[in-house]
Amino acid sequence: MEQYEPDRLSPAQEAAVRRSFRNGRAALSRRSLLRASAGGALAVGGLGALSACGIPPAGNTQGGVPAEDHSKKEKSVSFSNWTEYMDVDEAGREHPTLDAFAERTGITVKYTEDINDNTEFFGKIKPQLAAGQDTGRDIIVLTDWLAARLIRLGWVQKLDPANLPNAFANLSPQFRSPDWDPGRAYSYPWQGIAAVIAYNKKALDGVEVRTLSDLLDNPRLKGRVGLLTEMRDTMGLTLLDMGKEPEKFTADDYDAALARLQRAVDKGQIRRFTGNDYTADISKGDFAACVAWAGDVVQLKADNPDIDFLIPDSGYMMSSDNLLIPNKARHKTNAERLIDYYFEPQAAAQLAAYINFVCPVEGVKDELAKIDEDAANNPLIIPDKAMQAKSRAFRSLSSKEETEFEEKFAKLTGA
Amino acid sequence: MATLTEAPPVAPPAPERKPPRRRGRWTPYLLLLPGLLWLLVFFALPVIYQASTSVQTGSLEQGYEVTWHFATYWEALSEYWPQFVRSVLYAASATVLCLLLGYPLAYLIAFRAGRWRNLIMILVIAPFFTSFLIRTLAWKTILADGGPVVDALNALHVLDVTAWLGWTAGDRVLATPLAVVCGLTYNFLPFMILPLYTSLERIDPRLHEAAGDLYARPSTTFRRVTFPLSMPGVVSGTLLTFIPASGDYINSDLLGSTDTRMVGNVIQSQFLRILDYPTAAALSFILMAAILVVVTLYIRKSGTEDLV
Repeated sequence: MEQYEPDRLSPAQEAAVRRSFRNGRAALSRRSLLRASAGGALAVGGLGALSACGIPPAGNTQGGVPAEDHSKKEKSVSFSNWTEYMDVDEAGREHPTLDAFAERTGITVKYTEDINDNTEFFGKIKPQLAAGQDTGRDIIVLTDWLAARLIRLGWVQKLDPANLPNAFANLSPQFRSPDWDPGRAYSYPWQGIAAVIAYNKKALDGVEVRTLSDLLDNPRLKGRVGLLTEMRDTMGLTLLDMGKEPEKFTADDYDAALARLQRAVDKGQIRRFTGNDYTADISKGDFAACVAWAGDVVQLKADNPDIDFLIPDSGYMMSSDNLLIPNKARHKTNAERLIDYYFEPQAAAQLAAYINFVCPVEGVKDELAKIDEDAANNPLIIPDKAMQAKSRAFRSLSSKEETEFEEKFAKLTGA
Repeated sequence: MATLTEAPPVAPPAPERKPPRRRGRWTPYLLLLPGLLWLLVFFALPVIYQASTSVQTGSLEQGYEVTWHFATYWEALSEYWPQFVRSVLYAASATVLCLLLGYPLAYLIAFRAGRWRNLIMILVIAPFFTSFLIRTLAWKTILADGGPVVDALNALHVLDVTAWLGWTAGDRVLATPLAVVCGLTYNFLPFMILPLYTSLERIDPRLHEAAGDLYARPSTTFRRVTFPLSMPGVVSGTLLTFIPASGDYINSDLLGSTDTRMVGNVIQSQFLRILDYPTAAALSFILMAAILVVVTLYIRKSGTEDLV
């Protein structure tokens, strides 16, 4: 006698059930469902939809599009910045410089740390700006090349010099007139970022490095050299090392510099191209030497005495993160007042003491010495004359060049 | 003998009766609706949008227009085929490693762990409580040049062998293909273990006893009984590992070097750095098609279409 099993179907029953799934009119087998949905998508969405969804041009609105300025009525300003790019108090909650600004002016600052990556943030604000809408932000902070792109696209507003007396008076000469924003009509630097060479004394093990060439050629450093994925910093230093000027190089110069790096990659000299994560590699000693950002080096040095930096004789690359007011921002005047505030030596010193990047404000040294003597004497924070003289900038690129150069550089890094 | 000549009784005309209204007729569709809408908005529309992008030409300033420029596909493929090959190779290696590592563990949890079962399960899942990025970065510490792991491998001359095979370079593991495959294996291991466990756990242990009673050696029991019955788990585990691994770019980015870049890295840099949206979209479609083909072939071969 067959045992009765309530939850188990006999083979025949099972086959019947399966058949009904497969062959019945209502059969919704997984395969037919897939086929149906794929077919449906093509038929419904179809070719019409494919051709209908072109991406509209980014829309060049020369000179920016102002919105009605609500600064008088709404005493607030919304400030989007990178993470850990602002002073914080002991408890880590308040931002003393922002609080002082709010107290003096009565303007409350809505401070958000929502920028992690230039390219990613561009993707985030692009739809609104391209459509001529408010991004909900009055101040954004972007690196040179992206600031240049936004200015080129006409997505940021021209600043009113009348609201920026301190900024005009105290801006460091080396930041005064970048070729992408002559005379700083649209932007002011938040912090300067110097790309220098960092090394780990222990990992170098007696190898002497003075120039980028040492990093690229010395066989004893094989597989222990790091370069940055930030095209302008890595390529700029390479151009400088080859005796070219990053302010006015030609496409041929660029190709030559690229070929120079390619040889180093092919030899296995370069361990990898990195973003911010190089800090772990250099402090662990996996990198003996690498191209690094000065602000990080100050931090790394404080944590690990083996780490130090050098400035090649040929110079170092200086870029900056810039304050910009996007189109349709509601509180333009408030935003300008906030920008101007950070060019007062006292506020700038407070900020510089905390975040350790290159301070773009003149006359900060004395103020900073009151807070932190070491920082005031650190050329990576307050560049001295010799340091300022070696500062070089990457020239601005047309959009065609930008695509072409980035593509070639991406190939070098393997993608 | 009376023959039956009577005409068969004619059934009285059936009263006009409406077929019973099936009240629940629309219910399944209504229940499906949220899911379908979700798929439409977050899957179908983006796919159509990307399909369109892949045949557009233009630039950020001028805007992009659909010009049916299918050559993008060919250009993308001829330019980046090494990264495609690498993606498939790395993902396949990681999948095989996951299977080799995951199967014994899943077997242990299902049949031998006893009261430790839940604890081991938690240990398998626990890494998921931290972010993918942190877990991958941890491997940089584990495999650091001067670290104990690399020192031990060097002392045993293992790295000489792997370097000869081209898996590592010099006396290091980081920034080599081996590191990337290790990272992929680690990150996707739970995706292998969980389906394996569910299908192993369903096997009736009495089947093992029965096999033993029929004089099957343990290895034969495994080969003839356990493994075939766990095939659904093997298939879904390998798919869940292979598919995301072949599109991954974090592991290659953090643990690899210039010669370990996978197709995900190319797509990322095309989309974000170079702003060549059509090429990026074309690459995504090629990857999708490639995975579909590989997966279809695999499912056909393993003959478990009904089970997946």
